[in-house]
Amino acid sequence: MAGVAITAVQKWFGSTHVIRGVDIAIADGEFCVLVGPSGCGKSTLLRMIAGLEEIGEGTIAIGGRVVNQIAPKERDIAMVFQNYALYPHMTVRDNLSFALRLAKRTTEDVEARVARAADILGLKDLLERYPRQLSGGQRQRVAMGRAIVRDPQVFLFDEPLSNLDAKLRVQMRTEIRELHQRLKTTSIYVTHDQIEAMTMADRIVVMRDGLVEQQGAPLELYDAPANTFVAGFIGSPAMNMVPGTVRGGREVEFAGGVRLPVPADARAEEGQSVLYGIRPEHCAPSDAGLPADVVVVEPTGADTQLYCRFGGQDFTAVVRDRTHVTPGERVMLRPDLKRSHLFDASTGRRLAA
Amino acid sequence: MTSAAPPAGGTRWLDNRNVLGALFMLPAAVLLLAFLTYPLGLGVWLGFTDTKIGRPGEWVGFENYEFLWGDSVTRLALFNTLFYTLVASIFKFGLGLWLALLLNKHLPFKAFIRAIVLLPFIVPTALSAIAFWWIYDAQFSVISWVLTKAGLIDRYIDFLGDPWNARFSTIAANIWRGVPFVAICLLAGLQTISPSYYEAASLDGATPWQQFRYVTLPLLTPIIAVVMTFSVLFTFTDFQLIYVLTRGGPLNATHLMATLSFQRAIPGGSLGEGAALAVAMVPFLLAAILFSYFGLQRRRWQQGGGDA
Repeated sequence: MAGVAITAVQKWFGSTHVIRGVDIAIADGEFCVLVGPSGCGKSTLLRMIAGLEEIGEGTIAIGGRVVNQIAPKERDIAMVFQNYALYPHMTVRDNLSFALRLAKRTTEDVEARVARAADILGLKDLLERYPRQLSGGQRQRVAMGRAIVRDPQVFLFDEPLSNLDAKLRVQMRTEIRELHQRLKTTSIYVTHDQIEAMTMADRIVVMRDGLVEQQGAPLELYDAPANTFVAGFIGSPAMNMVPGTVRGGREVEFAGGVRLPVPADARAEEGQSVLYGIRPEHCAPSDAGLPADVVVVEPTGADTQLYCRFGGQDFTAVVRDRTHVTPGERVMLRPDLKRSHLFDASTGRRLAA
Repeated sequence: MTSAAPPAGGTRWLDNRNVLGALFMLPAAVLLLAFLTYPLGLGVWLGFTDTKIGRPGEWVGFENYEFLWGDSVTRLALFNTLFYTLVASIFKFGLGLWLALLLNKHLPFKAFIRAIVLLPFIVPTALSAIAFWWIYDAQFSVISWVLTKAGLIDRYIDFLGDPWNARFSTIAANIWRGVPFVAICLLAGLQTISPSYYEAASLDGATPWQQFRYVTLPLLTPIIAVVMTFSVLFTFTDFQLIYVLTRGGPLNATHLMATLSFQRAIPGGSLGEGAALAVAMVPFLLAAILFSYFGLQRRRWQQGGGDA
């Protein structure tokens, strides 16, 4: 096992600058999720770690060894592909053992490792089948099994769950997480799904346009997003951003003259244009607060989502208690000041005290 | 708007699905019957008669086949055909696959190069055969000229005058003509193989040769089977090239079954014998098709389960 150090890495495709200087240090045994919208460079970064793309500038080190000039097969990594890339002409057993047979391991060793992987992933009864004869979830497991048998220093996952249906995705999410707790192999996982990132990661790296926007533990990112992009990306439904102006240093004035106190940990200057960030789950109907017009009410059982309009923009609230609000009604939503944030309207940065 | 009521009786039968279906199939059926079934049936029938040009023949049963079985020229033609097909097919496969692998790489001017590769396939065979005729000419051969100037030989090679030279010369011309077909078809096959298999294989530690051996070749087998079946059929029934280059000579050394059949039937006048020769080719062709169909084309991994 080994840590992965990505230092000042850049990458161009022709004249397009896809990775614009990325530094990430992944500790040994850590489960690191690279997350971001499509085109942010997360997959390219993963493929550079795998050795499938050349590293433009900077270095990538696995276990302290710089791998820029080292062939993929010498890097001691295993990768799970988005489309699984199972060899269609080989049975599950042959797929699992392919790498081991190429490495000229002894027959007993190969059999033992395949049996162990099949046992971990519940593939014992499928070993003689061809990939075509498997369901999506089973193929997914075989793809992981192919990585496990190698017992590599690092696992790389490239959006492995995006081809599965919603229910299976949730199930496999837990399975991968469980697998990691059992094997403790350093893992780098690419996804565009922030819920996957939040639920699976030890460390999340949020990327956009070839740059790292923020990295840290999932709850760190949730509690203290560095900017409006991370704030909007992490958490579902997304954080509400209400534009306003700081008045008197202690309050923020919104459209229509409504005022709220400045959040507890924020500091802003008089007259500054700001975005007031309120998570849907951090506001509650009250007798004072933001006057919002309810448009749609969606009860999910556990909680109720209120889709509202305030000051000409959408505002979402998630209410824990059962409410009897009806569309068209006006509710007063009071944010939790300890968990709200203030962002600079022009730079998008969080204004922290 | 409502349509006008159909005139009573008259077109009513056109509403019947079966009648309509039969009607739509009629053009295709007429074409197939007139241009495939009839000539083929006539050929088979002629093979059992002693028809000569200008004289209707009589049914003679297997007499033509019995004669051909004992005929040394026919036996030579059979040997020539098998040899021609075997050697040419092996080379067409090897060169075609090699070319396809090269063209599948990222080359500059890729589309242009691919178009050029197709050239021998587009040029009419009779035309390219004439070009080869010049290349193989006893006095003006460019190959002989180059080799003499280079000091490698001191006499011009008699490409088409010596039996074995002629065999290999015609085979070379056939390979030149057949490689593009194999190459382009295999290239199409190569492009259906997802690049992620190669990425997975390279991470699994496969060398380029092992990637070819364990990924490319097995995934290409179904297409190889189809392409090579066609290639073998074309080669086995080749006529134009031989007819322009050698007319079967020297000493019948390059006579194929197709050319001999024509030779016997039209210039020789024995329509019955020629037809019998042509019919005798059918079992070989059927065998080639069946071999590829059962031996190569259907693979277990291609069957069962869709993309669930």
